Amino acid sequence: MLSFIIKRLLHMIPILLGVSLITFFLMALTPGDYFTQLSMNPQISPEKLAQLRAEQHLDKPWYIRYLYWLKDAAHGNLGYSAAYKASVSDLITSRLWNTFLLSFAATLLAWCVAVPLGIWAAVQKDSWVDRLCSLIAFVGLSIPDVLLALLALMFAAATGLFPVGGAQSSLYDLMSPGEQIWDRLHHLILPTIVLAASELAGIMRQMRSNMLDALRSEFVTTARAKGIPEGWVIYKHVLRNAINPLLTIFGYSLAGLLSGAFIVENIMAWPGLGRLTMEALSAKDYPLVVAGVVMAAALLVIGNFIADLLLAWSDPRIRLK
Amino acid sequence: MNLLEVKNLKVHFPVKHGLFSRVKAHVKAVDDVSFTIQPGETLGLVGESGCGKTTLGRAIVKLVEPTAGSIYFEGEDIAQLSGAELRARRRKFQMIFQDPYGSLNPRMTVGQIIGEAIDIHQLAESSSARQKRIMELLKAVGLDPIHAQRYPHEFSGGQRQRIGIARALAVEPKLIVCDEPVSALDVSVQAQIINLLQDLQQQRGLAYLFIAHDLAVVEHISRRVMVMYLGKVVELAEAKAIIRTPKHPYTQALISAVPEVDPDSKRKRIVLPGDVPSPINPPSGCPFHPRCPIAQAPICQVDVPSLREVTPGHWAACHFAK
Repeated sequence: MLSFIIKRLLHMIPILLGVSLITFFLMALTPGDYFTQLSMNPQISPEKLAQLRAEQHLDKPWYIRYLYWLKDAAHGNLGYSAAYKASVSDLITSRLWNTFLLSFAATLLAWCVAVPLGIWAAVQKDSWVDRLCSLIAFVGLSIPDVLLALLALMFAAATGLFPVGGAQSSLYDLMSPGEQIWDRLHHLILPTIVLAASELAGIMRQMRSNMLDALRSEFVTTARAKGIPEGWVIYKHVLRNAINPLLTIFGYSLAGLLSGAFIVENIMAWPGLGRLTMEALSAKDYPLVVAGVVMAAALLVIGNFIADLLLAWSDPRIRLK
Repeated sequence: MNLLEVKNLKVHFPVKHGLFSRVKAHVKAVDDVSFTIQPGETLGLVGESGCGKTTLGRAIVKLVEPTAGSIYFEGEDIAQLSGAELRARRRKFQMIFQDPYGSLNPRMTVGQIIGEAIDIHQLAESSSARQKRIMELLKAVGLDPIHAQRYPHEFSGGQRQRIGIARALAVEPKLIVCDEPVSALDVSVQAQIINLLQDLQQQRGLAYLFIAHDLAVVEHISRRVMVMYLGKVVELAEAKAIIRTPKHPYTQALISAVPEVDPDSKRKRIVLPGDVPSPINPPSGCPFHPRCPIAQAPICQVDVPSLREVTPGHWAACHFAK
C-alpha cells in the first residue's frame, strides 16, 4: 500500500511539469502581454517598457521564461503579478480561503442532500418520492449556472432576505465576532445553493442508478434470505456495493473545489480564486494564470489519488491488485 | 407431520401499462400449486425455463410474496407473516442460489458472509464460539478454515457454491430450497456438489426442494419428483416411477428428450409442436392442450384437469392419465 502511495505521488511530478509547460506554451501563442496596454500610454517611454519587460524576462522566448519560472517555483516563489503589484503566492492565499469556504459548503450541501435522496428514490422506486427527486434532478441539471445565479440575485434583490453579492457586509469590521460569523454565513447561503444545484442533481441520479443496480443483485436476495432486517440490507449490502462510482466522482469534485466556481464567483461577486484567475487571464498576467492552472491540475491529480485510495479502502477486489 | 405443506399457492405478477400504470394483466407464474415435503426428504422440481419453478422456490422461502394460498411450515402458516416474525422464522428455511458468483457479497469476507447469519439469529454466545462455528461450517462443506479471511472473488465457481451452502447451513435450517445449485458449474464439479448435498442431508436430516432442469441430476438426488408446466404441477411421483412410467403427456415428452447412452435404443422421441404459451394468457382448460399429442376436444379445452392420484403415490393432472 505504501509503495502504491509513493508511486502515485511520484507520478504527479511529470504531470504537473507537463501542465505548466503547456500553459506557458499556450500563453506564448496569444499575442501581447500585460505591458502591451501600457504602450498606449504616452507617459511611459518605450525604454521604460523594455526595462519592465526585461525584469519579468518577457523579452526572452517562452521556453527560457519557463525555465526561469521553474527555477523560482522550485524555491517556492510563484512569481510577481504585474497587474496586482503583489506576489502571486500572497494573492492566491488571500483568495483561497474564500473559494474553499464556498466550494466546501456547496460540496457538503450537494453530497449531504444528494446521497440520502438518491438512496431514498432507489429504495422507493416509482413512488412519489422517486418522481419528485427525478423532477428536482431534471431541473437542477437543465438550468445553467449562469441563469440560476442571476435568478438568485434577482430573488435577493426583490425580497431583501439575502445580500446581493459579496462575501461580507461593508460594516463587517465594526461587528462583534458573533455578528461577523452570522454575516459570513448569510452571504454564503445563496452562492452555495447555486453552486450545489447541478452537482446535487448529478450525484443524486448517479446514486439512484447505482443503488438500483445493486438492489437487483442476487446477494441482496441472499441477505434477505438470511433474515437480515431490510434497513441493514440496504446499508450493508446494497449501499456498500453501490458506492464505487460515487467515490470516483468525489475525487473529481475535490478537484473542482478550488476551480469549479468561476461562473458563480463572477456573477455573485464572490472574491474567490476563480474570479482572480479569470481576471488574470484577460489582463495577460502570466505568473498568476500559470499558478492558477497548475494548482487546478494538482488538485485534479490529488483528487483522483484520493478517489483511488477511497476505492481501495472500500473494495477488496481493487485493494488486492 | 409434514415439514412443509403448500396449499393452493398462487404467485401472480401484475403487468402494468400506460400513463397511470394501470394493471392490465397478470403473469401467472405459480398457479394453484399444492404439495408437501417430509422432514429429511428431497423433492425434485423440474420444468423448462419460465415454467415458474424458481418463483415457486422463492415463494416458499418468502422471498417473493404469494398472491394467495397457504404455506404451512411445521404446522404454522408463514404465507401471511412479515417483518420481524418472518425474519425469526427464516432460521428454519434457507435457500441456495443458482449463481455462485452473484449470490455472495463481493465486499465481505467468507467469514463475514457466514458470520452475519449467525449474528442475526444470535446462534453464538461469544466471538470465539462464533469463530469456531464458522470454521466447522467451512470444514463441513469441504473448504479450508483459513479461507474465512478471503473474499468471494478469490474462489472458483464450485468453491463459491460450497460457501453458499455453508452460509445456508449456518443457521441450522430444516429445509433448504436449492435453486438450480449446479447448473452454473462444470459437470465434474456438479457431481462433487451433489454428493456434498447428499452427505449433509444424511448428517443433519435436512429436507431439500431441489430445483433443476437436468432430469438425470434430479432423479439421482430426489425421492419424489414434481413436474411443472406453465405455473401448474402436472405430475408428482416417486423419482423412478416418473422416469420409467410417466403418466402425463408433457412428462413423457420431457423424458423422451433425455439423450440415451445406448445407440441401439429405439425409444420414440416425442417432439411437441409450437412454443410454450405466454403465462399472461394461458390456454383455457388444460394449459397443455394446444401442444398435447393426445388432447381431445372439447374436454381438454374446457375442463382444467385436477392433480389426481392415478396409481398409489403417482399423481398426474391429465384427463386421460391411467
